[in-house]
Amino acid sequence: MTLAEAVTLIKKRFGEAILSEGAFRGEQTVSVKMESLRDICKFCRSELGFDYLLDISSVDHFGDYPRFELVYELYSMAGEIHLRVKTLVPDEDNPVGPTVTDIWPTADWHEREVYDMMGIRFDGHPDLRRILMWEGYPYFPLRKDFPLEGKPSEVADVAFSDVAPLAGGPFVTAPTDGTTQVREPRARRAGDELPRDQFIAEP
Amino acid sequence: MRESSPIAYDSKIEGNVIFTRLDAAINWMRSNSLWPMPMGLACCAIELMAASSSRYDISRFGAEVMRFSPRQSDVMIVAGTVTYKMALAVKRIWEQMPEPKWCIAMGACASSGGMYRSYAVLQGIDHLLPVDVYVSGCPPRPEALLDGLIKLQKKIMTERSVEDQKKALAETV
Repeated sequence: MTLAEAVTLIKKRFGEAILSEGAFRGEQTVSVKMESLRDICKFCRSELGFDYLLDISSVDHFGDYPRFELVYELYSMAGEIHLRVKTLVPDEDNPVGPTVTDIWPTADWHEREVYDMMGIRFDGHPDLRRILMWEGYPYFPLRKDFPLEGKPSEVADVAFSDVAPLAGGPFVTAPTDGTTQVREPRARRAGDELPRDQFIAEP
Repeated sequence: MRESSPIAYDSKIEGNVIFTRLDAAINWMRSNSLWPMPMGLACCAIELMAASSSRYDISRFGAEVMRFSPRQSDVMIVAGTVTYKMALAVKRIWEQMPEPKWCIAMGACASSGGMYRSYAVLQGIDHLLPVDVYVSGCPPRPEALLDGLIKLQKKIMTERSVEDQKKALAETV
């Protein structure tokens, strides 16, 4: 089965649940409604042969509504095709998504990581604990409103955290065609404009 | 023998007896038999392993007996990035080591957090334990670690543990 055939079958079966679809450099993406996500995943696994869940990631569209988005990367070993399924998480204050651990067991740790870093809970997950940070850490570090330098916290006898000194500015790569010195200025505060006039980009 | 040497040598009874202060003898024994606790947490640990293998041969300085039990160790070599999740475990192992004990912070991360200006990384192990020698580098070459070890040996040679104990005892009497 080719990727185009798979997408056609999904559209035929779940017509109104597909919000949009797009292709970029051979990568096919479909955005779906969250209510139908589990059904679409089950269909992809059992009917279309997407037997391998590569990854689950999450996006924080800070300032937009809905704020959070879940991204599922599916792969078919037999068909050698890769499909990306996206879904928006409707509730910003209590973001919850459906679990796919019963469809792909590997989703267990992926969902724990999304929960740990972004704070999106998964309804029906068998063991939703933090996986990278320690139990009791009060923040979700990958959210856009979490500062890079971190926040102080303390869990007695387990771990503590503190604010890291950024010493003149975070390490940021700026979008320019300049030299490394221009692209990666060390002495810069967050939000500063790049002093473009001072540097001449290499020909 | 030069006058600055802590050990006096008498040619009439050559080879059998030396005269010295007790502190100097203790320091000499301690500094030449430093058993490391290899706290390998990241890529610096690879250089630590290289330092103990044949080409660099850390046993030339009496520190080849890597102990994976803190209760048998003298010097903790913190080699690598100390995350906040790991930090209290490192401290706990440090506290399990018997006195006297020393600490080498090997590499940029253990010394200062290195390039990880981040919410997840402790900005230098000296926030938690007293460090005797900092070794710069990312990671430092084995020569740099051996240099740090020699510096620690020189530091140990200046310690006055018996003298301090006597003073403390005199104060209590």
